[in-house]
Amino acid sequence: MARFVLRRLGLALITLFLLSVVVFTIAAVLPGSVGRAILGPFADQQSVDNLNRELGVDGPLVGRYIRWFTDALQGDFGNSYKFKAPVMDFVPTALWSSLKLAAMTFIIVVPLGIVGGTIAALRKGKAVDRFITVAGLSLAVTPEFVIGIVLIIVFAVKLGWLPSGGSAKGSIWDQVQVLILPAVTLTAILFGYLSRMTRAGTIEALSADYTRTAILKGLPRRTVLRRHVLRNSLVPTIAVLAVQVSYLLGGLLVTETLFNYRGLGLLIFDAAGDRDIPMLMGSVFIVGAIAMLLNFIADVLIAWLNPRVRLGNRQ
Amino acid sequence: MTMPAELEPTAGAPTGYTAKAVRKELRRQLFRSKTFIVGSLIVLFWVVCSIIPSAIATHDPSKQDPLSKWIHPFFQEGHWLGTDRFGRDVFSRAIYGAREIMIVAPAAVILGTIIGIVLGLLMGYFRGPLDDALSRLIEALMSLPLILVALLALTALSSGRGTIILLIGILFGPIIARTIRAAVLAERNLDYVRAAELRGERSTYIMFVEILPNVMGPIVVEFTVRLGYAVFTMAGLAFIGFGTQPGSPDWGRTIFEERAGLLSNAWWPCVVPALALASLVVAINLIADGIQGLIDR
Repeated sequence: MARFVLRRLGLALITLFLLSVVVFTIAAVLPGSVGRAILGPFADQQSVDNLNRELGVDGPLVGRYIRWFTDALQGDFGNSYKFKAPVMDFVPTALWSSLKLAAMTFIIVVPLGIVGGTIAALRKGKAVDRFITVAGLSLAVTPEFVIGIVLIIVFAVKLGWLPSGGSAKGSIWDQVQVLILPAVTLTAILFGYLSRMTRAGTIEALSADYTRTAILKGLPRRTVLRRHVLRNSLVPTIAVLAVQVSYLLGGLLVTETLFNYRGLGLLIFDAAGDRDIPMLMGSVFIVGAIAMLLNFIADVLIAWLNPRVRLGNRQ
Repeated sequence: MTMPAELEPTAGAPTGYTAKAVRKELRRQLFRSKTFIVGSLIVLFWVVCSIIPSAIATHDPSKQDPLSKWIHPFFQEGHWLGTDRFGRDVFSRAIYGAREIMIVAPAAVILGTIIGIVLGLLMGYFRGPLDDALSRLIEALMSLPLILVALLALTALSSGRGTIILLIGILFGPIIARTIRAAVLAERNLDYVRAAELRGERSTYIMFVEILPNVMGPIVVEFTVRLGYAVFTMAGLAFIGFGTQPGSPDWGRTIFEERAGLLSNAWWPCVVPALALASLVVAINLIADGIQGLIDR
């Protein structure tokens, strides 16, 4: 197990390095001149040069990259161009808000997806199964702002039950009210994938020999499902959760914009609108690093649950 | 030599496994799938709209009319789905709004598929250090939310139509390559590849002439699935203001611009393009589902 974790950690670090290269290349190399990208095509060359010097982006590329990456590893992403203050003054609060939204989404989607997938698997081929599969798939592929708009119309405008947006502030009850609609929007997207994986895992576990043995030795149906089927069917579900996290982090961008929710997504949206390159690089890199960390945790969790994975990787 | 009666091919069944017969049978089964037909009809409708919008739309999509603002749907004063805050016809805007996405999404996915085929064949056929290095790079790319990378690049570069096509194509390429690589890996140790190698064929010939036709199934599925994702991603980008001009009838753009109306109960200027968009994405996925079901069988 320790060897597997170390190996996987090594891979994660290499990926983190590649991620930094991708972010740096796109944001700092492609535009040719960062100052020009910020000031636009009509600024005079003098102010572009001044800005480049001010931002420290006028030296050789490799040196700039090494400086940016070593600073980034120490949690310093430079100063926001717009706010003239360190990027890290803004990211943690925004990240915390986004984590609240992500947590709320997971609280709704995980039980729902597992129950939905299990029901679909137990009624395989019946109408209920078709309904859950088709509805889940359709919701999963519909853009999140379309789903969000429908939710706003129904629950905020027509029924007036929930606020149509805003930030999570005040008492827990206030925060939950604000979080419900964006969280349900993200749930709609994730439900399809999650229930699909659970369904596939459950069908496989249902037809496995150990399940037949458990049924034949006379265990009650409920015990068979809980102890033998569900426990095994959850492995692919965890894997898909980790993959979907990177989607979820992107979905936050659109969802937070629609609901005007002050999280990392809205921070990135605003940074892009203001051409605030340091802020953009910093927040995108952090989102990527988080996605990578969660992938790593999921892999370790799967290896821990399923010895075949960690033993198979030893060769 | 005569065959026993029960082994003789019966009328109607495929008489031989010629490529043509197999294709015909596949097509027959595809058109038996209800999801595939429904999906195709909807996509066909939007294709027609993007080619000849004027034949379907009832009004000029950008013509403003201050005297008939906020007409409610349905079918009032000659506006089937009402008008928006500038008095523009909502139905016509939805019809014209199809064009942008119907050009950009397929173009981007075709580019991505070409990149994916080349990379996937190279990785799957040669394996080794090239495969390892590219796999790591793809993993790094995939762990980043795609829309964020696109946003980063569009902010750094310009955000015209060409940039978006290039960008989505380049970002999708490695993801498609991963699927094709897996399919190539399954093929590369089969006898026909061995035989071609023993004949002394060049590796480019083996990859593109021998292996490629045999991995077309996964490529077609991947193409349709990615097309759905491309529409999804582009609508998202348009929604946050990239790739289209203000006032353009593009769906994502219109939804973003009209969303304020939602709160004052003027839902239709925003909901109509939203439903149009949803119908297109769901339809593409129905097609993908139909093809997938056929290949899995």
